[in-house]
Amino acid sequence: MTSPIKVDNLTKRFGEIVAVDHVSFKVRKGEIFGFLGPNGAGKTTTIRILTGILKPDEGKAFVAGYNVVEEPVKVKQRIGVVPEVSNAYVDLSAWSNLMLIGELYGVPKKERVERATKFLKEFGLYQARNRLVRGFSKGMKQRLLLCMALMNDPEILFLDEPTSGLDVESARLVREKIQQYNDDGKTIFISTHNMEEANLLCHRIAIINHGQIAAIDTPENLRLQSMELQYVEVLFNKPIKKEELMHHPEIVKVVPAGNKIRIYTANPSAIIEFVVEFAKKCEMRILSLNTMMPSLEDIFIKLVREHRENDFYRTD
Amino acid sequence: MTFTEQIKRAIAITKKDIKIYYSKGPVIIFGLLFPFFLFLAYTIGREISARELMPGLIGMTVFFTSTSIGPGIIPWETRSKTFERLICCPVEFWAILLGDMFSSVIFGTMISIIPVMFTLLFLGLDLTSFIIIVLSLILASLCFSALGVLLSSYPPTDIPATAMMLSSLVKFPMVFISGIFIPVERLPYWGRVISSISPLTYFTDITRHLILKNGYYMLPLDFLAIVLFTAFFVYAAIKMHERTLPQRIS
Ligand SMILES: Nc1ncnc2c1ncn2[C@@H]1O[C@H](COP(=O)(O)OP(=O)(O)OP(=O)(O)O)[C@@H](O)[C@H]1O
Ligand SMILES: [Mg+2]
Repeated sequence: MTSPIKVDNLTKRFGEIVAVDHVSFKVRKGEIFGFLGPNGAGKTTTIRILTGILKPDEGKAFVAGYNVVEEPVKVKQRIGVVPEVSNAYVDLSAWSNLMLIGELYGVPKKERVERATKFLKEFGLYQARNRLVRGFSKGMKQRLLLCMALMNDPEILFLDEPTSGLDVESARLVREKIQQYNDDGKTIFISTHNMEEANLLCHRIAIINHGQIAAIDTPENLRLQSMELQYVEVLFNKPIKKEELMHHPEIVKVVPAGNKIRIYTANPSAIIEFVVEFAKKCEMRILSLNTMMPSLEDIFIKLVREHRENDFYRTD
Repeated sequence: MTFTEQIKRAIAITKKDIKIYYSKGPVIIFGLLFPFFLFLAYTIGREISARELMPGLIGMTVFFTSTSIGPGIIPWETRSKTFERLICCPVEFWAILLGDMFSSVIFGTMISIIPVMFTLLFLGLDLTSFIIIVLSLILASLCFSALGVLLSSYPPTDIPATAMMLSSLVKFPMVFISGIFIPVERLPYWGRVISSISPLTYFTDITRHLILKNGYYMLPLDFLAIVLFTAFFVYAAIKMHERTLPQRIS
């Protein structure tokens, strides 16, 4: 079985900027594949190349079995796209937007009407179907974009930060739907800068920064790899020396941060118990105690550094 | 993906354009009010019969109406990001542009047919001439629509007003060299040379043939010229927009 998405050495430059830098990966059939990276990492540019909107400067990409540069129309016929910014026609109603999209994908009239009705109901837009999109809220627009992306019953869905800017409830609906359509067999490529979202949804995640992929793995493995980047941040009611805390085998290092203390560890729950005991023993009070997950930035720095080192040894 | 399937999708784009762009302010202003007042300015206080006015009026109407929407659509769609949406769809690039051109052909034909009907009903016109005028009107309308779409390709702006203004820089001079206000045969030699590079000259010539029985070029030559200009504008519009396309995606 061929991969629904196969990318080989893809590169795209904008003048001096290398937006996508020799990126290679494969997405498996039926997978939710996450593209995780900060602003400007090259997520949107990659999606635009894969969906036939931009041409790469180097490298190849195959989507749904077709080369995106040589047969873009065939690729486009088989995919659905939710872009980064809403691009429904604001001067048309939700219904007219869906009919237009249906026609542009060659969906027969009867099916067009059936699908549009089904999706609008499913995404809670049926009541608003005859209103102009101009008056839609951000959440409504995003749900409409999903309906539009589904009109051709695509094999593969590309979603560019589909939950960014949405409130908790709308974001959850969108995630549920992504999950549901994945269960129905659609392969999903989703970009996000939200670590939690990637954890929740994706089977595998590619971490991208400055146009380069630093790691591709399951969320569990990525988290394992960056375990030592977790820390417990604690504030006691009086100052202590950091050496006093170093008596626990699971502590990697202790770093003062303002009047607080950061204890890096792979096992935060054990450290919390230890800190509480320690405070009791020394007759101190704990004013605040937080467990911090590594930020995306932390994981990047680590992964990108490792990535470079690996490269270094490989070329040696 | 068959050719007819692509044409169907182009027509879906046309329907969308009709719904959205016909009622936009600048289209009404550049397409209807402008030529109307220009024409008033030309006729008021002159001793010309209604019949003699008609070829110029029809030519100007079809020219301005057919070029009024074309320059605006793609900048508008660039601005609202819907251009990227269209590019995302399984529609060939030429079919997208053709869809846009069709919408202004329909606009141009619908409005310009009014003075032609007027001529038929009140000034006298034989049926054959009427049919030929209508056919040439549709052809000319496609020619000018393609020109309109071509004019929006460079610079690749996302401000419709800018594109429309810049296209006027080409459109207005064209009206003055195309035998609308002064018939070609009364132009000096160099004037006739310049007028021969404007497709509007040939359309006006067709209407002068059929309404005034007084054309300058031979009828078949007029048609051939418009067909060639149309082919060139359509081709150039597709090539130019293909070039500037990446700059419209951001
Ligand atoms: N059309 C363009 N012209 C010039 N530079 C561009 C263009 N599109 C993207 N870039 C640059 O390429 C880099 C990658 O941009 P891209 O939009 O792909 O990032 P992203 O990961 O989607 O970021 P974000 O999270 O902000 O959406 C950035 O440095 C951006 O400035
Ligand atoms: Mg982006």
